[in-house]
Amino acid sequence: MLVFIIKRLLNAVMVMLVVAFLAFLIFRVAGDPVELMVNEMSTQDDRDRLRESLGLNDSFITQYVRFVVNAAQGNFGISFRNGQEVLGLIAERFPATMELVLVATILSLLIGVPLGVLTAIHRGRWHSETLQFLSIVGVSLPSFVVGILLILVFSVTLGIMPAFGRGEVVQLGWWSTGLLTHSGRIALVLPAISLSLYQITLIMRLVRAEMMEVMRSDFIKFARARGVPRWRIQFRHALKNCLMPVITMTAMNVGALIAFALITETVFQWPGMGMLFIQAVTFIDIPVMSAYLCIISFIFVVLNTIVDITYALIDPRLRNATR
Amino acid sequence: MTQTPILDVKALRVEFPGRHGTVTALADVSFSIQPGEILGVVGESGAGKSMAGLAVQGLLEPPGRVSGGEVRLDGRRIDTLTDGEMEKVRGKEIGAIFQDPLTSLNPLFSVGQQLVETIRLHLGLDRKTARARAIALLTEVGIPAPDVRVDHYPHQFSGGMRQRVVIALALAARPKLIIADEPTTALDVSIQAQITALLRKLCDDHGTAVMLVTHDMGVIAETADRVAVMYAGRLVEVGPVAEVIANPQHPYTAGLMGSIPALGARVPMLTQIDGSMPRLDAIPAGCAFNPRCPKVMDRCRVERPELMPSGSGQSACWLKAMETTP
Ligand SMILES: Nc1ncnc2c1ncn2[C@@H]1O[C@H](COP(=O)(O)OP(=O)(O)OP(=O)(O)O)[C@@H](O)[C@H]1O
Ligand code: SF4
Ligand SMILES: [Mg+2]
Repeated sequence: MLVFIIKRLLNAVMVMLVVAFLAFLIFRVAGDPVELMVNEMSTQDDRDRLRESLGLNDSFITQYVRFVVNAAQGNFGISFRNGQEVLGLIAERFPATMELVLVATILSLLIGVPLGVLTAIHRGRWHSETLQFLSIVGVSLPSFVVGILLILVFSVTLGIMPAFGRGEVVQLGWWSTGLLTHSGRIALVLPAISLSLYQITLIMRLVRAEMMEVMRSDFIKFARARGVPRWRIQFRHALKNCLMPVITMTAMNVGALIAFALITETVFQWPGMGMLFIQAVTFIDIPVMSAYLCIISFIFVVLNTIVDITYALIDPRLRNATR
Repeated sequence: MTQTPILDVKALRVEFPGRHGTVTALADVSFSIQPGEILGVVGESGAGKSMAGLAVQGLLEPPGRVSGGEVRLDGRRIDTLTDGEMEKVRGKEIGAIFQDPLTSLNPLFSVGQQLVETIRLHLGLDRKTARARAIALLTEVGIPAPDVRVDHYPHQFSGGMRQRVVIALALAARPKLIIADEPTTALDVSIQAQITALLRKLCDDHGTAVMLVTHDMGVIAETADRVAVMYAGRLVEVGPVAEVIANPQHPYTAGLMGSIPALGARVPMLTQIDGSMPRLDAIPAGCAFNPRCPKVMDRCRVERPELMPSGSGQSACWLKAMETTP
C-alpha cells in the first residue's frame, strides 16, 4: 500500500512539472514581459534593469527551475494589472469558488445517486422514463442558459433570490465563508443549482448504467438465492459495486466544475477565481493566468491521486495487488 | 413412499412471453426429492436443467414465469408465494450453489461478511454468535485457518476454496434442500472430486436433500441416489441411478450412457447421439426426440409420450408403453 501511494505521489509530481512548464511557456510566448510592464516614459536603462531583476537574461532552464521553485513556494510574482501578490489575489478568491464547487458537488451526489438507483430499479415505469428523458435535457442545456433562466424566474419574476454576489461573508483566518450567514447561504443556492445540474444528470446516468450492469451479475443472483432482501441487494450489494466509477467521475469533475464555475461565476457575478481569471485575460495579466493554470492543475492532480488511493481503500482486490 | 417429499414438483410449466410469441422453456416437469436424497439432473445444454432449479427457487428472470403446475416444499406450496415471502425461503429452506464460484461471491465484501449476513438474515443471531457460526461453517467445509480466512475477500481464495465458501453459504441456515447447479463444472478437474465428496458428506451429515444439476455422468453415478434426465424442457426418464445407468429405459438416456466407459469413471459426458436438441420454439410434434431417435416409430411423430412407469423408474417413450400395455 505504501509503495502504491509513493508511486502515485511521484506520478503527481511529474504531472505538475509538465504543467508548470506549460505555464512557464505562456510567460515566454505571450510576448516580452518587460514590454507589458513598462510605460512609454521608461528609458532603455529602466528596461534593462527590469529585465535583469526579473532574471530574463538567464538561460531558459535556469528560468524554468526558478519558476518551479517559486511556484512550489506559492510565489507566482506580482500582478501586471495592480501590482499585488498573485497568490494573495487568488487566495482571496479561492474560498468563493471552492464553496460553490463543493456545494454543487454535494448537491449532485445527494440528488444524482438516488435518482440513478431509482431509474435503474424502476426501469420501464413512467416516472423512471420521465427522469431519464429530463436528464437528456439536463445534459444538453448550457449552464449559462440554466443560470440566466434561474435568475429570471427566482430573482427577477419571483424576487425571492438574489441575482448576483455572495451575500455577507465571515472571515475565518484567510478563508472567507458565506456558509455561516443567511444571506450567504441564500446567495449560494442559485449558482450551486445551476452549476450542479449538469453534474446531477451525469451522475444519475452513470449510476443507472452501472446499476443495471451490476444487477445482472452472478453474485447479485446468488445473493438473491441466499435470501437477501431486494432493497438490501440494491442499496448494499449493487450500489457499493457502482461506487468506484461514481467516485472517480465526481472527483475528476470537481476539476471540471472549477473550470465550469468560470461561466457560473460570470453569470452570477460570483467573486471567485473564475471571475479573476476572466479579468486577467482581458488585461493580459500573465502571472495571474499562469498561477490560475497551475493551481487548477494542482487541484486536478491532488484529486486524481486521492481517487486512486480511495480506490484501493474501497476495492480489496486493488489493495492486495499493490501491497 | 408415504413420507412427505422435501420437494414435490408437479406438471411445472415455465414460459417466456416474447415479441415472437411465447416460448415454453419447461413443460410438464414432475419430480420429487425425499428428505436426504440426492437427485441428479442431467441433459444436454439448453435442456432446461438450470431453468428447473431457478423456477423452484422463484428466481426466473422476468418475463420468464411459472405458468402452470405447482411446487411444494415440505408439503407447503411455494410457487404462489410473493417475492418477499420467497426471500424467507431462499437461503433458509433452500440453499443454492452456483456453477462459477469466481462470480458467485460479492468481490467487495469479505466472506465473513457474506456468511454473517446470510446467517443473521435467516437465524436472527447477534453479530458475535453469527461470526462464530461463520467460522464453524468454514471449518466444516474444510477451509484451513478459518478464524483468519473469515476476514479475507473472495479474490484471496482459489476457485476450489471459493466453492467451499459457497457451500458454506448454502448450508448457513441449515436448509432442508440444496439446489446445486453444476457445482464443479467451473473447477479444476483435480478438485472436482473433492468438492463433490464434500457436498455429499455434508448433506449426509445433516440429512440435506440435493437437486444436483450436472453434465458429468460420473458425478451422478458416484453421488446421486436417483437421476432425472431432461430433454427439450421435459423430463424423459427418472429412476434410481444404478438402474438408469445399467439399463436405461429411454433411447435418449441410452445415448447419453453410451459414452460412459465404466461405472464410476469420471469422464465428461459426451453426446454420442447424432444431431442436436431442437430450439425451444421449434420442437417437433409428438416425441421431441423423434428426429434423432434410432427407434422412432410412426406413433412417435404424432403423439407425445407422457412419463410412465418403466423398469424401476419412469420413462416418456412409446417403446415402453408397448411393452407394458397389451
Ligand atoms: N430469457 C429467455 N427467453 C427465452 N428462452 C430462454 C431464456 N432464457 C433461457 N431460455 C431458454 O431456456 C432453455 C433452458 O436453459 P437452461 O439454462 O435451463 O439450460 P441447461 O439445461 O441448464 O443448460 P446448460 O447445461 O447449458 O446449463 C434454453 O434453451 C434457453 O434457450
Ligand atoms: S417415443 Fe419414439 S421417438 Fe421418442 S424416444 Fe421413444 S421411440 Fe424414440
Ligand atoms: Mg445450466
